[in-house]
Amino acid sequence: MGNLFVIGLGHYLALAGLLFVVGLMGVVMNRRNVIVWLMSIEVMLLAATLNLVAFSHFSGGIAGQAFAMIVLTVAAAESAIGLAILVVAFRHRDEIAVSGLADLKG
Amino acid sequence: MIIGALFYLFALVLIASAVAVVSVRQPVNAVLFLILCFFNAAGLFVLLGAEFLAFILLIVYGGAVAVLFLFVVMMLDVKGDVPRLPLKRFLPLSLGVGAVLLVQVVIMAAFWPEAHAVTSVAADSENTKALGRVLYTDFIYPFQVSGLVLLTAMIGAIVLTQREPRGTKRQNVQAQLDRRAEDVVTLRHVESGKGAL
Repeated sequence: MGNLFVIGLGHYLALAGLLFVVGLMGVVMNRRNVIVWLMSIEVMLLAATLNLVAFSHFSGGIAGQAFAMIVLTVAAAESAIGLAILVVAFRHRDEIAVSGLADLKG
Repeated sequence: MIIGALFYLFALVLIASAVAVVSVRQPVNAVLFLILCFFNAAGLFVLLGAEFLAFILLIVYGGAVAVLFLFVVMMLDVKGDVPRLPLKRFLPLSLGVGAVLLVQVVIMAAFWPEAHAVTSVAADSENTKALGRVLYTDFIYPFQVSGLVLLTAMIGAIVLTQREPRGTKRQNVQAQLDRRAEDVVTLRHVESGKGAL
């Protein structure tokens, strides 16, 4: 029981893996609207960031945290662009259902 | 021991709120669960000794990005497949989320010295100072590129969502430059006494 509460790298990796899978399932199973897609992508990026920070902590360096910060930057840019595309798409066709955007391909 | 218990608390709520993000029907609720998700990830970051990243996560994600999502959800007036429910139905859920956040903040504050003592082992100096030192020396190029990414995102978002306002009168410089005197001005010889009165 005491051993269970000693948190190692494996705990964090398992947690991040679980989180990533949850986000991935959100992308795969969601058929309603694209906003939930973007939020699922945020969850997946959060899992990646958690991995980076965990590796940084358990390897003693701080480089992982620097990369985690860059990942956070990219995630913020991604959500801004994604939401902007969403707004434009909504203006064009008055819905943001995933199925409605399927004919975007040229 | 306490760190382990905190890890399990944060991990459990993190996974639960992530599942809620992808499974609740209303996008507004999903955004609120996403905020809860970021709060718990910030707690895990503090446990890992990444205090600066934890606060960045709270401020930038719990604040800015969540508000961005909320704005878009409100603005688009998403026609959910469930009818609109009165506020009373949402009250227990929102109170529950708020209570979880509050309990976590209190617990974090109560055990702050222990957590801090363990987490500061990883870095020699302060986390923020160390991160800044690394970011501005070893990783200066990735740092600059991430700034460029932000600039691109900003320009892209503005260009994508900008609408030409209707009914505005603007100077058309090209039309002015293309207009030549010989096309539009004619000289007529008018005899004396026969012109317009």
